[in-house]
Amino acid sequence: MSEQGIGAAIERREDERFLKGIGTYTDDINLEGQTYCYILRSPVAHARIKRIDTAAAAAAPGVVAVFTSDDLTNDGVGGLPCGWQVTSKDGEPMKEPAHPILAAGKVRHVGDPVVAVIAESLRQAKDAAELIDLDLEELPAVVDMKAALAGGGPAVHEDVAPNNLCYDWELGDAAAVEAAFQNAAHVTKIDLVNNRLVPNAIEPRVAIGDYDAASGAHTLYTTSQNPHVIRLLMGAFVLNIPEHKLRVYAPDVGGGFGSKIFHYAEEALVTWAAKKIGRPVKWVAERSESFISDAHGRDHVTHAEMAFDANGKALGMKVETLANMGAYLSTFAPCVPTWLHGTLMAGQYATPAIHVNVKAVFTNTVPVDAYRGAGRPEATFVVERLMSKAARELGLDQTEIRRRNFIQPDQFPYDTPVAVQYDTGNYEASMAKAIELADYANVAARKADAKARGKLRGVGVASYIEACGIAPSSLVGALGARAGLYEAATIRVNPTGSVSVLTGSHSHGQGHETTFAQVVADKLGIDIDQVEIVHGDTDRVPFGMGTYGSRSIAVGGTAIVNALDKIIAKGKKIAAHLLEAAEDDIVFENGAYTVKGTDRSKAFGEVALVAYVPHQYPLEELEPGLEETAFYDPKNFTFPAGTYICEVEVDPRTGEVEIASFVAADDFGNVINPMIVEGQVHGGLVQGIGQALLEHAIYDENGQLVTGSYMDYAMPRAEDVPSFKVTTTSTPCTHNPLGVKGCGEAGAIGAPAAVINAICDALAEYGVDHIDMPATPEKVWRAIQAATPAAAAE
Amino acid sequence: MYEFEYLRPTSLNEAAAALASSSEASLIAGGQTLIPALKQRLSRPSKLIDLGAITDLKDIRREGSHLIIGAMTPHAEVAASDVVREAIPALARLAGGIGDPQVRHRGTIGGSIANNDPSADYPAALLGLGATVVTNSREIAADDFFTGLFTTALNPGEIITAVRFPVPAKAGYAKFAQRASRYAIVGVWVAKVASGVGEVRVAVTGAGADGVFREGGLEKAFSLSATPETARGVKVGPDGLLSDIHASAEYRAALIPEMAARAIVDGWGGGG
Repeated sequence: MSEQGIGAAIERREDERFLKGIGTYTDDINLEGQTYCYILRSPVAHARIKRIDTAAAAAAPGVVAVFTSDDLTNDGVGGLPCGWQVTSKDGEPMKEPAHPILAAGKVRHVGDPVVAVIAESLRQAKDAAELIDLDLEELPAVVDMKAALAGGGPAVHEDVAPNNLCYDWELGDAAAVEAAFQNAAHVTKIDLVNNRLVPNAIEPRVAIGDYDAASGAHTLYTTSQNPHVIRLLMGAFVLNIPEHKLRVYAPDVGGGFGSKIFHYAEEALVTWAAKKIGRPVKWVAERSESFISDAHGRDHVTHAEMAFDANGKALGMKVETLANMGAYLSTFAPCVPTWLHGTLMAGQYATPAIHVNVKAVFTNTVPVDAYRGAGRPEATFVVERLMSKAARELGLDQTEIRRRNFIQPDQFPYDTPVAVQYDTGNYEASMAKAIELADYANVAARKADAKARGKLRGVGVASYIEACGIAPSSLVGALGARAGLYEAATIRVNPTGSVSVLTGSHSHGQGHETTFAQVVADKLGIDIDQVEIVHGDTDRVPFGMGTYGSRSIAVGGTAIVNALDKIIAKGKKIAAHLLEAAEDDIVFENGAYTVKGTDRSKAFGEVALVAYVPHQYPLEELEPGLEETAFYDPKNFTFPAGTYICEVEVDPRTGEVEIASFVAADDFGNVINPMIVEGQVHGGLVQGIGQALLEHAIYDENGQLVTGSYMDYAMPRAEDVPSFKVTTTSTPCTHNPLGVKGCGEAGAIGAPAAVINAICDALAEYGVDHIDMPATPEKVWRAIQAATPAAAAE
Repeated sequence: MYEFEYLRPTSLNEAAAALASSSEASLIAGGQTLIPALKQRLSRPSKLIDLGAITDLKDIRREGSHLIIGAMTPHAEVAASDVVREAIPALARLAGGIGDPQVRHRGTIGGSIANNDPSADYPAALLGLGATVVTNSREIAADDFFTGLFTTALNPGEIITAVRFPVPAKAGYAKFAQRASRYAIVGVWVAKVASGVGEVRVAVTGAGADGVFREGGLEKAFSLSATPETARGVKVGPDGLLSDIHASAEYRAALIPEMAARAIVDGWGGGG
């Protein structure tokens, strides 16, 4: 089965239906008697709600109902819960303001939902919304984090967080770091902005609520990466619906990048409203609505310093970060700049002392939460910018300074000074492969060639690490998670030998229907066409935690393998009975149970049939049937790592940056489907390059999102990126049976630092040592202008 | 989108009559600006008069020393037209660089110039070539047509039928595109007109606070020597230029000579 099992680059089985346009996305679902919901959102960033008069809207043609916050409160509906509690360094829990479904008392960001209008058609709902008299007393808005913390200005939540501080968190040994800096031969300092991004999944969010009065059961159809998490949060904390009366179904989902992890107001709203009006309620985000209602990503401001000895070995590192939470705490927002960011500050290096301080700040902006990489791109950007800046200051090559600081293969398992233990890795190996593929030895010649053409060529190296396979439940529980982070799988072998795999992981672009099926086909020795991957429906799959943090293969895949092991073990008992042999003498390989040393065997399908037609079966010892479930709680994070090398050419006349080449060498451990992995890397790289060069969610001082459409928010396109050269190395993960680490986010994590390092290298002759992202042509041009005496520019 | 009456006349007279019938009526050509405005409820016409069925308006032809392009010709057709490529190759290249493939297959030359977005490409070509806008009632010189941001010399009820371009001796265009919309941050059209002593016209789009404009300093310099080096030696100041999140006036000012230099390379060939 090697041509379709583990390691085979087979085509994605799900693509045919997507390419033919016959997938089923949430918006493709239309229920009998369905109504349409339009949400009137705040047009301003900060205001007191003085009055909402909905009488005219309620009387408008086609209107079924108009709801405000009072209607929800009167029904006992709660606010949106936050799934992670971070504790400040003084021991105080984070400030956790209420997050109402519809704005109550105040609106706190442009896009804050205020009124829900439900009508027979969407147009009627929109027409009626124009009749709503929303009387807002506008308040000054606060957008900038430093201004928010400065005091004396607007407070987003004056009752809970009068100074806009959500938490003030630290990690690491500050005293040890200070001591390291005392002994330093050199200190490299940097001030960085990690630009705010809009996630921009190709499918906007959709939610449909349905209520069956006969059974008392609710159904929510939604664009989610983790339907069970939504069922848990919404059922238990918002709507008080017991789980057995609540089904959450996320069918085909068109991309998430993290933005579809979170429990959003619209999901609770349509679920509640469907029962209230006795009809299904459908809400579909428009693209401009996505910009102001999907949780944004990144948005850090950081000062960092790294102390080195005379040989360029890092002695210590300190990091001070402000992290924007936006106006409310989205589901997992608090953990992103802390436990997914501070814990990665060691990077690939044996830096002995590290201290990280993060202040999370409320502002009048859209909530910020996990976005592809979630904290790890921000950490990588800090570490890898420092390394390349230090290399220049110390007169070392960018690869040499990294080589001198890499954790060595014999040091694993390696305890970092920031709370995590790396299980395995070989950082020199992936960097060596990247160096070779990038023809790094001839960079100087390419720089000279570019110079002759009037261009400035630069090379940037970034050696990232990430923590995936989130995560051991007891560990994350101690760190503030309000959920476990295991995964579940059921292997249902059908009587004729086909296999249904019910997984708690959710596929929304990752290709699980192919990758997971390859694992099953490989382990059971059956044809991949005999394997069906079922996901996304809480009524069909066991309680699972969903897909994010590149966890699906490492955690969900392991649950599948563990359930398969149970299946194989039970099948062995059945086969032993059929073959009249001792169980210990039976081996399972190539899809058949064989008596060791003989040619007597039973195919897997034969055993499955006997399990369901147990005429000749050890019924006194064994239940019939062949279906097993496994819940797998990971023992540790996994730690994919690699080195990216980017070359850029800058046009000094305009500041334009062209990516001339990009090499990625990733250590993902074992790889199930190299083609899918390559695709994941490509996508991640494009997003990372998008962050480095193009994308920026810009707010003006009044809290209006200036880049609120594709006319102003620049998404990367094919022409913006080169043909990537990607390769992998492998140190298999030591603590899961597949030896896998996860690959979904790496590209987005490593690329920004590689690109910015390359631009800084290109501008080295101008003395430019930093450019903020996105490195737009004007920013690059200004950096060149600032470094060029006016006379020389003539 | 609000409700409106949708009309699809098959003749220009019928379209003009429909337009005259209501002060709230609106023409629609390719709809690349109007449709988004309608969808966002920013525009509320009583009638939407679609010019797409008037076949006379979709036409590309050479008449002696002029190239005539019908108002309803999509950018993609201009870009692919052998007639255009033969007469004014830079115009084909300009059309092929507007927006993205979807925009180029729906958007039209007439719609573009009637809208007169200050960052649109076509106005630079019209002004830079001294083209003539032909309407259902008169002819308007490009120098008189573009009167300000999103405003033109068109009278209420007037419909553009074609644009007539004099075929130049040489012409080139270079655009510094805004990365999201692909509109011009600065687009410079340079043309050496065929008649007389070879006057050079330079028109700049994307940069002017009042829309497309002719750049006198560059025209003067190019009349002596139309080379990239000449362009780069011309100083353009930021006064009167747009400043927004995508580019400051100072940056636009610096880009104008550089785009003029690239336009010379585009139209005159490698460096000459």
